[in-house]
Amino acid sequence: MAKPKLKEHQIQTEWCKGCGICVAFCPKSVLELDSQDKVRVARPEDCICCRLCELRCPDIAIEVIVEQEGSG
Amino acid sequence: MPVKDYIRERFFPHLWCPGCGHGIVMNALIRAIEALGLSKNEIVMVSGIGCSSRISGYLDFHTLHTIHGRALAFATGVKMGLPELNIIVPMGDGDALAIGGNHFIHAARRNIEMTAIIMNNRIYGMTGGQYSPLSGYGTLATTAPYMNIDHAFDVVQLSIAAGATFVARTTTYHVQQMTDCFKKAILHEGFSVVEVLSQCPTYFGRKNKMGSAADMMAFYRDHTTPIGSKKKKENPDLIERGIFVQKDLPEYCRAYDTVIERAKGKGQKG
Ligand SMILES: Cc1ncc(C[n+]2csc(CCOP(=O)(O)OP(=O)(O)O)c2C)c(N)n1
Ligand code: SF4
Ligand code: SF4
Ligand code: SF4
Repeated sequence: MAKPKLKEHQIQTEWCKGCGICVAFCPKSVLELDSQDKVRVARPEDCICCRLCELRCPDIAIEVIVEQEGSG
Repeated sequence: MPVKDYIRERFFPHLWCPGCGHGIVMNALIRAIEALGLSKNEIVMVSGIGCSSRISGYLDFHTLHTIHGRALAFATGVKMGLPELNIIVPMGDGDALAIGGNHFIHAARRNIEMTAIIMNNRIYGMTGGQYSPLSGYGTLATTAPYMNIDHAFDVVQLSIAAGATFVARTTTYHVQQMTDCFKKAILHEGFSVVEVLSQCPTYFGRKNKMGSAADMMAFYRDHTTPIGSKKKKENPDLIERGIFVQKDLPEYCRAYDTVIERAKGKGQKG
C-alpha cells in the first residue's frame, strides 16, 4: 500500500474546545492551539496521516483527509 | 459512512467539558460500529443518568435515556422483546457500580447478550465530583475533602466473578485498542463488559492534581500495560489492559427460546 499523503485536516472550529489532546500526542508536532484556543495545523508538511489526532479528539472536531480518498 | 452520519449534529458541540474522556469513548464507538458495518437501525443504545449517559443523546441509533443505575434493566427488557437487535449500554462508574451495582452483577450472571461499557472516571462527574466506588483509597473528592477511605472495586475481577463472558479493559489513550475491544464485545454472543479508563479533568483531575486532560491520558499510557506483560511482573502496580475473558456459555435469550419450546410441548423428550 502506498503511503497516504495528506490532503488537508478538516477542522470543525466551532466544535473544538481547545483541550490540547491532539496537540499533545501528535507524533510529529504538526498541530498547535491558536490565540483563541482552537486547533491550528502549523506544520502540515510533517503530517504522517496516522489519524491519532482524529481518533483521540473528544469533540469529533478534526478529520484527516488523505489524497487517495474520495476517488472511489 | 462518514462519522457525522452516526451523530445527531444538532446537539453539537456537545456539553462535555473540554478534554472529557467520554467524547473519546464516543469517537471510538463510532469507529467500531462503522468497521463492523452495522446499520444504525439494528443498534439500541440504552443509558442511565450521568455525564457518560449523555452519549445516547448524541448518537443517532435507537436510543433510550432512562434513569440512574437502571440502564441494564431497561436494556434487558428491550433485548428479551427484540433479541435480534444489538444492545449497547454505556454507563458511568457510579451509574454501573454504585446505584446500578445489583443490576450489573445479575445481568452479567444471566449472560444476556449486550455490551456494557463502563466509562470509568472514578468520580460522579455530573453531580459535582462526589467519590464513587471506583475512586479508590486515598483519593480526594468533593465529598472526601480530607481523603477517601473506601477501597475501589476492580471492575474486571468483579465482572468475571459475576459471570460476564467477555471482559476487557482499555483507556482513552489507547484508542485503537478501545475500538478493537468494542468490535469484539459487540460481536460476542453473551454479556460483554468493556471498562474504559476515561478522564474527568474537571473533577477527578482537579481534585487529585492530575493536570490537564492530556496529562491524565499520559498517566494512562504510563501506568497501564498489556495483560501478562514483562513490565507487569517488574511493576505489579501497573494496571493491565486487554481482553481478560472471552468464552462461550448459553446466552439468556437463546436459552429462553428453549424454555418456550418446552412449554409448547415440543422438545420434551430432550
Ligand atoms: C435515582 C437517582 N439518584 C441520584 C441521582 C443523581 N445523579 C445523577 S448522575 C449521578 C452520578 C454520576 O456519576 P457516574 O455515573 O459515575 O457518571 P459520570 O457523570 O461521572 O459520567 C448521580 C448520583 C439521580 N439522577 N437519580
Ligand atoms: S483534540 Fe479536538 S477539541 Fe481538543 S484541541 Fe484538538 S481538535 Fe480541539
Ligand atoms: S494525522 Fe498523525 S501526524 Fe498528522 S496531525 Fe494527526 S496526529 Fe499528527
Ligand atoms: S464533569 Fe467530568 S465527566 Fe462530566 S463532562 Fe465534565 S469532564 Fe466529563
